[in-house]
Amino acid sequence: MDVVVLQLFNGISVSSILLLIALGLSITFGLMKVINMAHGELIMIGAYTAYVVQNLFTSYMPASLFGWYFVLAIPASFIVAFLFGLVLEMGLIRFLYGRPLDSLLATWGVGLMLQQIARSIFGAPNVGVTSPEWLNGGMTVLGDVVLPYKRLFILGLVLVCLFLMYVYIYRSHSGRRMRAVMQNREMAACLGISTRRVDAVTFAIGSGIAGIAGCALTLIGPIGPSIGTYYIVDAFMVVVLGGVGKLVGTVFGAVGIGLSNTLFEYWTTASLGKVLVFLCIVAFLQWKPSGLVAMRSRSLDN
Amino acid sequence: MKSRKAKSGAAVLIALCLALAGCGTDNNKAASTDEAAQTTDSASSSSGGEIKVGILHSLSGTMAISEVSVKDSEMMAIDEINAKGGVLGKKIVPVVEDGASDWPTFAEKARKLISEDKVATVFGGWTSSSRKAMLPVFEELKGLLWYPVQYEGLEQSPYIMYTGATTNQQIVPAVSWLLQNKGKKFFLLGSDYVFPRTANKIIKEQLKVEGGELAGEEYTPLGHTDYATVIAKIKEAKPDVVFNTLNGDSNVAFFKQLKDAGITSKDLTTLSVSVAEEEIRGIGTDVLAGTYAAWNYYQTTDTPANKTFVENYKKKYGEDRVTADPIEAGYDAVYLWAAAVEKAGSTDVEKVKNAAKGLEWDAPEGKVKIDGDTQHLYKTVRIGEVQTDGQFKEVWNSGDPVKPDPFLKGYTWAASLSEGK
Repeated sequence: MDVVVLQLFNGISVSSILLLIALGLSITFGLMKVINMAHGELIMIGAYTAYVVQNLFTSYMPASLFGWYFVLAIPASFIVAFLFGLVLEMGLIRFLYGRPLDSLLATWGVGLMLQQIARSIFGAPNVGVTSPEWLNGGMTVLGDVVLPYKRLFILGLVLVCLFLMYVYIYRSHSGRRMRAVMQNREMAACLGISTRRVDAVTFAIGSGIAGIAGCALTLIGPIGPSIGTYYIVDAFMVVVLGGVGKLVGTVFGAVGIGLSNTLFEYWTTASLGKVLVFLCIVAFLQWKPSGLVAMRSRSLDN
Repeated sequence: MKSRKAKSGAAVLIALCLALAGCGTDNNKAASTDEAAQTTDSASSSSGGEIKVGILHSLSGTMAISEVSVKDSEMMAIDEINAKGGVLGKKIVPVVEDGASDWPTFAEKARKLISEDKVATVFGGWTSSSRKAMLPVFEELKGLLWYPVQYEGLEQSPYIMYTGATTNQQIVPAVSWLLQNKGKKFFLLGSDYVFPRTANKIIKEQLKVEGGELAGEEYTPLGHTDYATVIAKIKEAKPDVVFNTLNGDSNVAFFKQLKDAGITSKDLTTLSVSVAEEEIRGIGTDVLAGTYAAWNYYQTTDTPANKTFVENYKKKYGEDRVTADPIEAGYDAVYLWAAAVEKAGSTDVEKVKNAAKGLEWDAPEGKVKIDGDTQHLYKTVRIGEVQTDGQFKEVWNSGDPVKPDPFLKGYTWAASLSEGK
């Protein structure tokens, strides 16, 4: 019984982590159709931002405030990754819309460059981020099952991000403009929307969310120049399975992969579990090529 | 005496250079290299006052985390030797190549170093996969590779010098120590590739003989970052000891998540064979303190040679840098090669190999000696406990350097392992 509860929680936790790394991509890839191979490196930038914020706190702030660095690190990661995304869009992606293969190669190259830059600045070895004291330990339920606070925190963070994204995309003016541009660019432009600016901001927001993901991942994973490569495949998998273009699809995709991955891994081994998940996804996409939640739109059949 | 066909090209070049420059500073030598060019007899890679050596590590990609520091210590050893006048009166010139964490690239670059750059020897590699990729190249071109990392044993190439530990100098004594001091029930956790799988095969045999019990065995892909399920399995199996052969970044995720799951070093003993001082910094001392590791060298190892080694390393690369076992083994490799060259009076691979037999050196880890039969080193085994400052406290050592036994011939229970190979 304990194990069932624990594994269920683990499944939800893995889902939330997958969702967090895929949320940004669901915007840049899902909405904008940019095959952004540098998404993993934007996650890395977020992680290193958390590291830098931590170091600033240890050098310039009283030790008693150290526990709060993480609260500051989250918006800082968002802003830094947002700016990187903005520069990337204006300097490169802008010229590659509608050319998926070119943008794939170009962003792959950017990813490699960012990795090497991180290596030159922070050194090749991993860096350590000490998690704040209030996130250590866990909640004990049912006698023996420990739910780590960090995983609960990430779960909460994902829900907050999801909510804010929902509000932004579906309930705000700029979100409406964004959807208009993504659905019918020419018509939106005719109505006086600056599609260039919308593109840049949208891409930057997707990048910023990747930054938040990177910041959160410092709690449970490594922080090094190549961490992006560990998450990029999962992120694409979630978005593709969920159905390109819909936020809710990404959520379903993440939950589906997270739960099945945990289950398969528990029944078999980590390597075989991943293979089984991939097999299921391939089989599913044969059956429903557009993913779990298909977007119904007239502009997409181009 | 075997010849080095590949070197004949170098000899021709050297002869040409000398002839063109018309500088008959060393007529005898020019003549002898000429001869070498014709007969493909032993030629050296020395040109004028230089000896080229190759350094081949991953400077990019996932393994760069570990290998860059080994490159640094090898470069430091070369600089130190050069400062003292070099080898055979000649300066050592390193040719650095990037293996890029990609095994075919290692093979390709090794070939380039030997046949194009004509290096006298190569220091390089980290993962067993990279070594296995380079091995056929070195055997084909008759080059010499110095491999500085502990590995899974069951290998012995005449063209590789192994300066890291083999299994009977790290894993086997560590298992015995754990059985005697920490408990009988083992959980084996490793990354899914050649080293952990071979190591665990050995451990399982040893457990059978020495009265241990196998509680579970798990492998995760390289770069795996979510250990929630593995930890749940460990919790269920309730082992006394987790024997950890994870490699690279996975260690960070595993230890962070183990701590979050409420398992501390008091509840469960973990012993790692791939976590050294460098990795501790990236994982965080707060999660690692109290866990164990088995190596032949720690930064805290108390020898006079180590004091200077650590001092020089920090002076050269920064106060915040740390030394670790493979870093030290790489440093040893350069010195041992230099000593063998001096003794042989030549950089010819066969002569160097002969001269290396039985060669002793006071390394930072203590006295090491090259075992002529296996081309491995005699090394002292040390088990250390991670302290809160990120350094190890040695809790046990083997006293004398242990004779290398890559095929575990001295252990009857291991007979089935080496037969299969």
